[in-house]
Amino acid sequence: MAKNRGAIVVDIEKCKGCELCVGSCPTQVIKMAPEVNGKGYRYAFMENPDACTGCANCAVVCPDGVITVYRVKVEAEN
Amino acid sequence: MDIKDIIKEENLVYKKTDCMTDNVLSYCPGCGHGVIHRLCMEVVDEMDIVADTIGVASVGCSVLAYDFMNIDMTGVPHGRAPAVATGIKRTWPDKFVFTYQGDGDLAAIGTAETIHACNRGENITIIFVNNGIYGMTGGQMAPTTLPGMKSSTTPYGREIALMGNPIKMTELVAELPGTYYVTRQAVHTPALVRKAKKAIRTAFENQKLKKGLSLVEVVSNCNSGWKMTPVQSNQWLEENMLPFYPLGDIKVEGKKVK
Repeated sequence: MAKNRGAIVVDIEKCKGCELCVGSCPTQVIKMAPEVNGKGYRYAFMENPDACTGCANCAVVCPDGVITVYRVKVEAEN
Repeated sequence: MDIKDIIKEENLVYKKTDCMTDNVLSYCPGCGHGVIHRLCMEVVDEMDIVADTIGVASVGCSVLAYDFMNIDMTGVPHGRAPAVATGIKRTWPDKFVFTYQGDGDLAAIGTAETIHACNRGENITIIFVNNGIYGMTGGQMAPTTLPGMKSSTTPYGREIALMGNPIKMTELVAELPGTYYVTRQAVHTPALVRKAKKAIRTAFENQKLKKGLSLVEVVSNCNSGWKMTPVQSNQWLEENMLPFYPLGDIKVEGKKVK
């Protein structure tokens, strides 16, 4: 069965660390980084990239539009 | 499959629209304004009307909207956005004109302009962002503040006997014959964002019909003014704002549906 694999790219310097993307992710991919960006905000990153399906929910709720989403369809390996 | 193989131009599914500038938004972290700005610009981009759209930014947090929306925009005195938009639309009837206003602007100082523009049935779109307080000036009570809601000028909560009732502008203008499409949306979950975008698209498309004014209210948060984290404020919005300001279409194609 074909399966979607996704990935997000976060514009780290523009992220304000509001954490809305964390709650919107249905597969719990996103976490806040322990480090901070130039403005002192903890930024979002893919903690569990294998689970990302590229649904774009995080990018849709991001108030600052810092998330870019990519998606490919892959055939299951087994 | 490696992440690098996924992050390629041909696999792109979502990125910030080019109709938004690269400036960092001046809004607080988690503020709904960012999403609503982007939805307006995505609609403008998808309808391919970038050169034909004129935005009218109000006074309030959204006063700097022209810094972020990469289209022709004008700034206006407090509350006067529908009046200025009327002038622009009457001068250029074929352009798409929209105003972007908060509740302190549209429901307080600009009540007269709003109601008369709605009643005259100007062919403009009003995007009304309702967060229940004056966000920019420090979270004072606005006409839309909920009963019992704390703000910097109502530290013990809004008392109806003393301060009067909150006003539901959207229901109010839906009664006027000049409005063609009136709806209330929210942007705190992905599903609601997608729905709100459809509503804004309809509101822009309606300008082609020349049948009246379209107003989209978006119930939004103000986590700084409400003194909460963004996640808490969205939860508070769902539990307190939405029962008082129920979501959904109120008037569609000139007929009340609710």
